[in-house]
Amino acid sequence: MAFHRITFNVNGELEQADVPSNMTLLKMLRENLALTGTKNGCAEGECGACTVLMNGEPVNSCLVLAVECDGAEIVTVEGLAHDERLDAVQQTIIDAGGVQCGFCTPGILISARALLDRNPQPSEEDIRIALVGNLCRCTGYVRIIQGVQEAARI
Amino acid sequence: MVMEETNTKVPSPIGENKIRLDAREKVTGAALFADDIQFGSGLLHARVKRSPHPHARIISIDTSKAKALPGVKAVVTGEDYPGYIGLYLLDRHIFCRDKVRYVGDPVAGVAAKSEQIAEKALQLIEVEYEVLEPVLDPEAGVSPEAPLLHPNLEEYEVANFIFPEPGTNISNHFKIRKGDVESVWDECEALVERKYHIPHIQHVPIEPHVAIAKVDETGEVTLWGSSQSPFAQRNLIAKCLGISQSDMRVIAPYVGGGFGSKAGVSMEALAVVIASQVKGRPVKLLLTREEEFYTAFVRQGLVAYFKMGCDADGRLLAMENKFFWDAGAYTEYGVNITRASGYSSSGPYEVPNVKTDSYCVYTNHPVGGPMRGFGMPEMHAGLEQCIDELARDIDMDPVEFRRINCLKTGSVLVTGSKMHPIGLTQCLEKAADAIGWGSKAPPSAPNKKRGKGIALMWKAPAMPPNAGSSAWVELAEDGTLTVGVGGQDIGQGAFTVAAQMAAAALGVPYEWVRIATPVDTLYSPYEWQTVASRLTWSMGNAVVNAAKDARRQILDLVAEAWEEDPQNLDIVNGIVVSYKSEREMPLKDIAIYGLPKPDDQGWLGGPVRGRGNFMPSYITGLDPETGQGERAVVHYTTGAQAVELEVDLDTGRVEILRGVSAFDVGRAINPELVEAQMEGGFVQGMSSALFESMQLKDGVMQNPSFVDYRIATSTDVPLDLENIIVEVPQDDGPWGARGVGEHSMVPTIPAIANAIYDAVGIRMEGPPFTAEKIYLAMLDAGIVK
Ligand code: FES
Ligand code: FES
Repeated sequence: MAFHRITFNVNGELEQADVPSNMTLLKMLRENLALTGTKNGCAEGECGACTVLMNGEPVNSCLVLAVECDGAEIVTVEGLAHDERLDAVQQTIIDAGGVQCGFCTPGILISARALLDRNPQPSEEDIRIALVGNLCRCTGYVRIIQGVQEAARI
Repeated sequence: MVMEETNTKVPSPIGENKIRLDAREKVTGAALFADDIQFGSGLLHARVKRSPHPHARIISIDTSKAKALPGVKAVVTGEDYPGYIGLYLLDRHIFCRDKVRYVGDPVAGVAAKSEQIAEKALQLIEVEYEVLEPVLDPEAGVSPEAPLLHPNLEEYEVANFIFPEPGTNISNHFKIRKGDVESVWDECEALVERKYHIPHIQHVPIEPHVAIAKVDETGEVTLWGSSQSPFAQRNLIAKCLGISQSDMRVIAPYVGGGFGSKAGVSMEALAVVIASQVKGRPVKLLLTREEEFYTAFVRQGLVAYFKMGCDADGRLLAMENKFFWDAGAYTEYGVNITRASGYSSSGPYEVPNVKTDSYCVYTNHPVGGPMRGFGMPEMHAGLEQCIDELARDIDMDPVEFRRINCLKTGSVLVTGSKMHPIGLTQCLEKAADAIGWGSKAPPSAPNKKRGKGIALMWKAPAMPPNAGSSAWVELAEDGTLTVGVGGQDIGQGAFTVAAQMAAAALGVPYEWVRIATPVDTLYSPYEWQTVASRLTWSMGNAVVNAAKDARRQILDLVAEAWEEDPQNLDIVNGIVVSYKSEREMPLKDIAIYGLPKPDDQGWLGGPVRGRGNFMPSYITGLDPETGQGERAVVHYTTGAQAVELEVDLDTGRVEILRGVSAFDVGRAINPELVEAQMEGGFVQGMSSALFESMQLKDGVMQNPSFVDYRIATSTDVPLDLENIIVEVPQDDGPWGARGVGEHSMVPTIPAIANAIYDAVGIRMEGPPFTAEKIYLAMLDAGIVK
């Protein structure tokens, strides 16, 4: 198996890694960098638990090869809070009661952050559509949607 | 939210909306789930070779090529593991030995240096099968001509409240014979007879099943897993392998959703057995999403027959029910679901004459597990539609019909015992009120029809009579509290509620309380399982008892040191106070080092650790022939749901506009968490009503992916969900609390079905009520052309 040296930025830190051709970004984050906040719910692009920001865009990291990340800027759930201060949407989702088992939460937060970055005043419909690829089996989504609405308000 | 007034005074923080203990770590990605634990480069990866046939005899298994593959460390088959495993009926081996009984049944396992190598090794394992005729339908399964799936059923070890019928495929037959149904059919003004078919569905936690096992040189086993049942796994796996329970340690970090699929032993024993062949090395088995769909416990299918009748005044006179549970190849839980649906088979109604036969039937389908509701959503799906039909047949409003017949305090239950204090009528009335029962708004477009529906429910925790809980609380130097529990937070908020109860019972602020996590059978106190919506009530009682024990130790100590009567002492906000002498002392000055004796010559007390347990002592058996007995269950949680929806006449698509849930939870320890359960359960119920079905063709699941097996997404749910908490206290619940985790998806299917009927006048044999099915049914009925 061929290995590739890649350089990329994760949560503001420059990283270098030697990765095999078939390694996914999800696997590299979880196994090489121990950034286990990004979850594996299906490994086939269907659940959104593995969502991260790649150059500002939300992607399913299970469908991105690590080698594609050479030169990229990646933000994972671990990179949302700054200096122990939660990102607004992290706080509003807590306050809205949008966290239960928490397995979908990292992916949801990343999708929500991406939405708010590109559209600071999303409609309810915008929020629903931004989250449609993030499956949650626990909450029924209502409190998650309300949490994102609240984050947009503040 | 509407809260019922109750008079009892409750201490803080009971009834307060405390933020979940685990919220911050879950939004920052810090919360640890089993697959997040780092085992380093020594970790081996396991994969499992599974049966492609629903029913076959294993002629031979050749593992030699797989064993020879570089990087393969172990290949395991059932040959060396003759033990049986199971919760109520020990009917399966860890790896199949003679026969395979469902598509996905494990026949061999591999541990290798990488998943790829393990996967490759699976392909090198050659298994020769003799294909046998399968049983693919539970009704066909009970016929004498059906192939026998477990010929040695009578040799299996079985719990004393389960009644298998050897020589058949019936692994449990539960009967109710109350009154005499035959004598009253003639008196009935209206009779409804219906058949319903509820398909298999999957639990679909977003976190797939995962287990990491390590067996050391002395044979001691450590298992890390996503688990609702660490103690049950310790017990069942140890028994199956013939080792001491003390040599089996289960560590269970956060669970990324369970809904029952991670209860009992599902795939964990596979990892243990594979690891036992590579001593000292951790071995990880992580199910792929596809495996999750077709090999994890399923919600078993149900074919249900109902016959019920009422008099001209709308009084239910009799019910005759037959349930055929499609329990699958083995019955980890199915036998008890069969029992629970039997002793709840009247629904939440007082019915003088009931005859029920509930059969648990072996089929060559995936293994039935305990999905949220434990048979109740499946059973209520049909029952609550029949109730609606009866009401309409005698021209009575369905809400009025339910009000007349639903259980009240003291009603005689289907098992002959008496109903405890119950707020079901309030739930019914509040739900009807909130949905605007009786008024009909115009549809949002001319091609749509609008309807409202309502359904009631009841459900008891289904468990052995002596399922127990235990807890400890320990004070640190600064007076803060750590609480040990063996129950699991699977998202429902059990840890938060336990912390609130410990804080209230001891007298410290909620913010001072931590839960000792992860649950670890080596250190955590025993808990039967995180199932049956029993933690708030059962584990809650244990936590309260432990906190009270610590409180008593502290007050006795202070009383002695201060030479006062403990009766005059209290702990308020972490400070011991005397109402007599008005002395005060913070817990931090007492907790570890005790207090000097009154004469200052020596010390009193020592590190404080409170212990508590709880186990119901009052559960009696039921007569095997009649299902009658004094008290079959600990309690019933009851409630109602109502929906308003629109059916699109052009497409058949059902859109839920509003949903109302009203449940009698006894006492809401944390109302927000209770509401979150109601809401999440409603949407899961809605998802099962509109979208979900495992399409099993010749025993093979046709749709094992999120694309083909659709669950509700963010675009499907109505934001207008109202949650109503009714509180009629439970006599032996902490501050009156009883569980509500599962109940919220029990009445959803029939509430939606009744609303569809209200909108367009059609009823289906079973869910899911997909656009296609609804459209075709409307075509059939001539509603659309
Ligand atoms: S893990 Fe990537 S989408 Fe499910
Ligand atoms: S909180 Fe459990 S999957 Fe969303």
